[in-house]
Amino acid sequence: MGEHEQAEFDCREALHRIYHFLDGELTPVRRHEIEAHLDSCSPCLHMFGFEAELRRIVHDKCRDAVPDSLRRRIAESIDHEHAAAADEAADPHGGGGKVEEREGV
Amino acid sequence: MGSLYSAALRMTRNPSEAEDLVQETYLKAYRGYDSFKEGTNLKAWLYRILTNTFINAYRARRRHPEETELEDVEDFYLFHRLGGLEAAAAGRSAEDEVLESMTDEEVKRAIESLPEAFRMAVLLADVEGFSYKEIAEIMDVPIGTVMSRLHRGRRALQKALHDYGMARGLVAAES
Repeated sequence: MGEHEQAEFDCREALHRIYHFLDGELTPVRRHEIEAHLDSCSPCLHMFGFEAELRRIVHDKCRDAVPDSLRRRIAESIDHEHAAAADEAADPHGGGGKVEEREGV
Repeated sequence: MGSLYSAALRMTRNPSEAEDLVQETYLKAYRGYDSFKEGTNLKAWLYRILTNTFINAYRARRRHPEETELEDVEDFYLFHRLGGLEAAAAGRSAEDEVLESMTDEEVKRAIESLPEAFRMAVLLADVEGFSYKEIAEIMDVPIGTVMSRLHRGRRALQKALHDYGMARGLVAAES
């Protein structure tokens, strides 16, 4: 295999493994092979840089503020659940009826 | 709670359903906490509850089953479509411009445009940072399925982002 064919093979291989690399899912040996290729191949390095940046953008831009009303709702429903469980523990026979009453409120 | 709420929004694509889904997830987690094994991954456990609750409750409500296939996007690499190296060599590249100008709204819409199975894989990997193995456990599918959904989902995500860039005149239409 000539030098050029070798490089082409490495580039194809690098593209093939680009996400496994960025996802941190390669064995150390494979990872090292890709890193060695990127050290000597600026087109691939450029593409890897683009993919890494795009991934960072997707990660950063998909955030939403949690409404206060939702936080309150969840805290209340867990308190309610907690109280129902405590009633059940204190009065195993009457507990079931109480839970149903609460749920109807 | 923030990331769980964001994930619920991307899954349901509906704020009020997302709120119900998060509340239900927390309640189930509270009730089922005994089944959580100390020393295992709490975040993955919560996302598994979220995913199962979404699949069982919210998806079933929909009248029309969602499309499960993707159009042919196998080889769609945004980098290449933006001119890649040729553009970079010419100075300020289209890629930098497109990356810098992407808005939160566009990225969210692009993810939400993916069919469900692909959307979940991309969300869990790229937004939440789970490993392939964790995603396989959360979605209850083999690792090979996770990898192929991720690959195709990412291609489709890049195509959607490309289309938004094109709509805003940042990306030249295909000649």
